[in-house]
Amino acid sequence: MEQKAIDRLLKKHNHEQSAIIAILQDLQGEENYLPEKDLEYISEKMSIPLPKIYRIATFYNAFSLKPRGKHLVNVCMGTACHVRGGEKVLDRLKMELGIEVGEMTKDGLFTLETVNCLGACALGPIVMVGDDYHGQMTSAKVRSTIQKYKKVAKGKK
Amino acid sequence: MKKILDPRELEKFRAQILEKRDPKRPCIAVTSGTSAKAYGSEKLVEAFRTALKAHRLSRKIDLRVTGGQGFDEREPLVIIHPRNILYQRVDPKDAEEIVTETIQKDKIIERLLFVDPKTGEKILNRDDIPFYKGQMPIIFGDNGKIDPTNIEDYLAIGGYFALVKVLTEKTPEGVIDIIKRSGLRGRGGGGFPTGMKWESCRNAPGEKRYVVCNADEGDPGAYMDRGLLEGNPHRVLEGMMIGAFAIGSDEGYLYVRYEYPLANEHIQIAIKQLRQYGLLGENILGTGFTFDLKVSRGGGAFVCGESTALMASIEGNAGEPRAKHIHTVESGLWDKPTNLNNVETWANVPLIIHKGVDWYTGIGTENSKGTKIFSLVGKVNNTGLVEVPMGMTIKEIVDDIGGGIPENGTLKAVQTGGPSGGCIPASLIDISVDFDKLTEVGSMMGSGGMIVMDDKTCMVDIARYFLNFLKDESCGKCTTCRDGIRRMYEVVDAITRGKGKEGDIELLEELSWVISEASLCALGSTAPNPVLSTIRYFRDEYEAHIRDKKCPAGVCKALITYSIDKKKCTACGKCKKVCPSDAITGKKKVPHKIDSKKCIRCGACIAECKFDAVRIR
Repeated sequence: MEQKAIDRLLKKHNHEQSAIIAILQDLQGEENYLPEKDLEYISEKMSIPLPKIYRIATFYNAFSLKPRGKHLVNVCMGTACHVRGGEKVLDRLKMELGIEVGEMTKDGLFTLETVNCLGACALGPIVMVGDDYHGQMTSAKVRSTIQKYKKVAKGKK
Repeated sequence: MKKILDPRELEKFRAQILEKRDPKRPCIAVTSGTSAKAYGSEKLVEAFRTALKAHRLSRKIDLRVTGGQGFDEREPLVIIHPRNILYQRVDPKDAEEIVTETIQKDKIIERLLFVDPKTGEKILNRDDIPFYKGQMPIIFGDNGKIDPTNIEDYLAIGGYFALVKVLTEKTPEGVIDIIKRSGLRGRGGGGFPTGMKWESCRNAPGEKRYVVCNADEGDPGAYMDRGLLEGNPHRVLEGMMIGAFAIGSDEGYLYVRYEYPLANEHIQIAIKQLRQYGLLGENILGTGFTFDLKVSRGGGAFVCGESTALMASIEGNAGEPRAKHIHTVESGLWDKPTNLNNVETWANVPLIIHKGVDWYTGIGTENSKGTKIFSLVGKVNNTGLVEVPMGMTIKEIVDDIGGGIPENGTLKAVQTGGPSGGCIPASLIDISVDFDKLTEVGSMMGSGGMIVMDDKTCMVDIARYFLNFLKDESCGKCTTCRDGIRRMYEVVDAITRGKGKEGDIELLEELSWVISEASLCALGSTAPNPVLSTIRYFRDEYEAHIRDKKCPAGVCKALITYSIDKKKCTACGKCKKVCPSDAITGKKKVPHKIDSKKCIRCGACIAECKFDAVRIR
């Protein structure tokens, strides 16, 4: 993020130290992850020690210090999804994408993550790709779901 | 927008809203909470708008977009008032037909009606559907009556009446007395008496006090609070304002779970509207009561549902719990007395004030008053949010409201209380749900997750699941929690992989004791519960894994093999196509085979086979 944009962001939160989590959320909302140089700049401007910012950025699951793919693939690991086979879906996604949880595919298209519960248990097992919900997933449906996004990406090239 | 300056003006405004509305006027209510949106409800709403416009009905027919109405299994729902017709799984393509047939000609569209799987009968009226029939929706029921983004809808159903009553007729002590006598207990998990908590906070020394709404609903499989915040945010805010008046607080926080963007959006809208009308801020309704609210969004950490961790997070720190020898009602947020209640607890408050203690205490059991909203999920036919009076049996909830177990399965257990709770076996489902009964059988009420498990659920795998969850979510402050849960996970994981040893069960019990005794917060001290309760009721399953190296439910990958039943296989080739490890071979018209060395037991073939030919042993 440009420094001027960060300045505006800090102003929006009145430079309040207690707003640091919200500031990082806003930053990630723009950048898709938390870039190191931006954290350094925020640390300096807010007079919050960099280790404290890193402690927050690593404590909360929502933050990522690494760039994430165009599509965030989020697999729900809630209990309802689990008893309906959520783990099998995750295993199959790892195979299909060739990455582990927390990693990004080489083409930068997908990042695989898990979430503890999306609170939409009727649709379980659920996989979210970006803002799209894919309910009642099975390991058999994984490939075709991922293919759809790949095709769209190819079409745009 | 004009600010409302006194209670009389508010009542005048309410009368104006009601005057504009005709209860007999047809209304199409479309659910559009998170579950419905996932099924495409936004397009459905658009389709209705287009259809109404095309038929020049936009001014004659109301279109109301509501939050979830509980019956998530059949989303998106459309309810046509005043006849209360429920259409389920409605597609945007159906909108035009609903307008021309049901609205214009009063004709029913049979295919959109709910079919009772037990009788095969089509049901017209929403309230006749078994899922709704057994419920007592005194809190959640209002979701269907309002558009959560419109404060006028909430005022039209008597919203903020309880607040006015409190501000004009009651003293803070009087309000606390009402809540104490109502017997309301915290809905977030602990079940602590709410009135007592308020009183302690009010009596704590100091001028500044905070009220906090814990909306960091982290228990996997529980989403009651999301349902309330998305569908009726004003009710929660009204509860908080009444609490703030009673406690003597002028500032409140809502801590909303990161994974709930729609709930967050609706709260922000509600707060904005309150400010516009002057119902939030200084000297509310000219009564001298001053109160304002802020929203904090969580960062996706389960431990932040713990009160001290939550407060640390609001302060902008990592959400680590602290020892509670000094309670948060004395020293909480920024070391000031702080009263924290859960979303559902706050939502109960306006109702108690409005309808009175006698009415409220008439619902429920001796020590658990009122209703409880449960999220009934897992292996159950009617997944959704259900509100029942305390004291209903688990059997009634699962069988009558939930419609039993799908695919002719049999009930094995019901898990309540999230990662802090336990599994209640099918043999005990005649117990009634209240705070004390659930604790007696080794589980707990918790926030209200009720996960139904059938005979295809492995209880050792469930224990492993919760330990895996908790080891990742432990904040790491206490050694027993940080390392102890990890050790327990390793032991249970080994058992599920066929590496269990004699003595493992005893080792788990010993670790459980240490972790529960020596961890600071409830995350650690209750972490062993899922393991202890599954050992207590399903010890034979642990023993089958350890001694016979078998998983009776057919779940634990290392202990099972897949094969194809020659008699059932029609050689359609579907399984072969979806198998990711090329483990399935077979030609046309010849029953297929699975190479167990190549098979990774991913379940793709089972999901794909229409002839039930894939066997697990």
